[in-house]
Amino acid sequence: MQVARKEMCSPLRTKAAWVRKEALRVHKVAQETRIASSLSCVEIFTALFYGHVLRFNPYDPAWEGRDRLIISKGHGAISLYPILADLGYFDRKELDRVCGEGTFLGGIPDPVIPGFETVNGSLGHGPGVGCGMAIALKRKGRSETVFVLVGDGELCEGSVWEAVMFASMHGLDNLVLIIDRNNVSMLDFCKNIIDLNPLEEKLRAFGWEVSSVDGHDPDDLALALSRLKGTQGNRPKALIADTIKGKGVPSLESDALSHIRNIRPEEVDSIIEAMR
Amino acid sequence: MSTMRDAFIEEVHARMGGDERIFFLSADFGSPRLDALRADFPGRFINVGIAEQNLVNVSTGLALEGFIVYAYAIAPFLTMRAYEQIRINLALQSQLKELNVNLIGVGAGMSYDVSGPTHHCLEDLSIMRALPNMTVFSPSDCNLVRKFVDYSIKVKSPKYLRFEGKPLPGIYADNIEKINIEDGFFELRKGGEICLVSTGYMTHKALKVAGALQWEGIDAGVVDIFLLRPFDPAALYSSLKDYRYIVTIEEGFIGKGGLDSIVASTLADNGFGGVIKRMGFADEYIFDIGGREYLHRLAGLGEEDISRSIKTILKVA
Repeated sequence: MQVARKEMCSPLRTKAAWVRKEALRVHKVAQETRIASSLSCVEIFTALFYGHVLRFNPYDPAWEGRDRLIISKGHGAISLYPILADLGYFDRKELDRVCGEGTFLGGIPDPVIPGFETVNGSLGHGPGVGCGMAIALKRKGRSETVFVLVGDGELCEGSVWEAVMFASMHGLDNLVLIIDRNNVSMLDFCKNIIDLNPLEEKLRAFGWEVSSVDGHDPDDLALALSRLKGTQGNRPKALIADTIKGKGVPSLESDALSHIRNIRPEEVDSIIEAMR
Repeated sequence: MSTMRDAFIEEVHARMGGDERIFFLSADFGSPRLDALRADFPGRFINVGIAEQNLVNVSTGLALEGFIVYAYAIAPFLTMRAYEQIRINLALQSQLKELNVNLIGVGAGMSYDVSGPTHHCLEDLSIMRALPNMTVFSPSDCNLVRKFVDYSIKVKSPKYLRFEGKPLPGIYADNIEKINIEDGFFELRKGGEICLVSTGYMTHKALKVAGALQWEGIDAGVVDIFLLRPFDPAALYSSLKDYRYIVTIEEGFIGKGGLDSIVASTLADNGFGGVIKRMGFADEYIFDIGGREYLHRLAGLGEEDISRSIKTILKVA
């Protein structure tokens, strides 16, 4: 059943394929962007925004009823640009000007961009800030959920674990940590730098509810995220999304240095063509 | 005599009942007065543990949701362990979003004398005032500290409050009513040719030195700077321009962007023609053990050292 459904071309899979191509087009325009890191989380963003997971309002980005999404792996969020443009947060024409003079779409996003919640780009800040937001929402008696997206390489930052300890101590069941486990940090595979596996056991030992999912199946992601959003239980939740860094670009997928690789503009079109 | 932290916490505590927006966070650091606050408001007091980075990050999340946050820790650890969190989440982010986080650092300068160089706090003024959008408050007594509470609620931006660790006598009294925090400084004593400019604990010392010099016929002014950022250079210049000699005195490294550089650059930018003498700690850490005044004397910052320097400048020694 599972296999059969995956083979079907679901609306979310179609959307994710479109997001991947659009992210590559952004990279074609702006070579400074971190494309491999932005490709591993394409399905995560697709599930969040098109899979009825997040509550949001493109015409009032600061709407109090929105779910909060902190993209702690800030550099890896270029794939969110086409989604935000598609949803109406800003004009699609802006995608042709990423990193250009006078634009607001930089190589690493900032909250000058409608739809981005916090300043990121320096790693390890999102989980703690998310804890503060989650406590604030609880004290205000509000029902919104705080999602924080981190990379697995980012988990080496000590401040992440200060927040991990804090979240379980305070029973923040309105906090969902999504870990984009693409197994590659900047200079090497994570297992050759600081191997955090078995990560599930570590987080469970810290008092978190932990599950994992195929991070390139947007339907499974949407189901998992919706389930986590809807459940209470006095424990923060982590969803480990198993992904491939540089997903969709064969030359990046097995490269230990994919983080710092660029795809030359003239190559992008043929890569997109090969995806059809 | 109260400590600055107890005076401030008492005032914050008094407002928490009527203002549900106030949160008080500590990195496992206390005070007698804090025990009452946390007993009364367990839902809005959080001890994050010995985790200054998370203290700042959690404070940021609360403030982004509209709360007024006080984040309380030992000054060198708050400012230097968590400097990048302060820079990214508070200084940088507050340029785009309203954020009211008040970082309360206890242990200004050599407050924790015998605890040694890990606890000495001689860099904080330089590094905190380097941050755009950050207010830097360095009070010299509890009257200023109490006065700052309403300002801290009203002004919705990140602030660093540098508090003395030990109890200090009052400097301001009835005149506290006339003082606006925004003014940033106050001329405590008008002098003749020479003026001492100081902040925090060193303002007490400057007043003592000025008092002693009076017996020797030297009439020294004293200006207390309590707000190091934001800062109005024109106002400070107009208070100092008629002096011929300016001596800055601080519990911080000199020549590194602290109080001395505020004063020196203000004077230089306005074409001051007089003499500027900077007094503070030299460019090295202090492993000597002893009380605060002993450490000051080793650094040439004892009252007599300062008096002697002044007389040398005035060529009356």
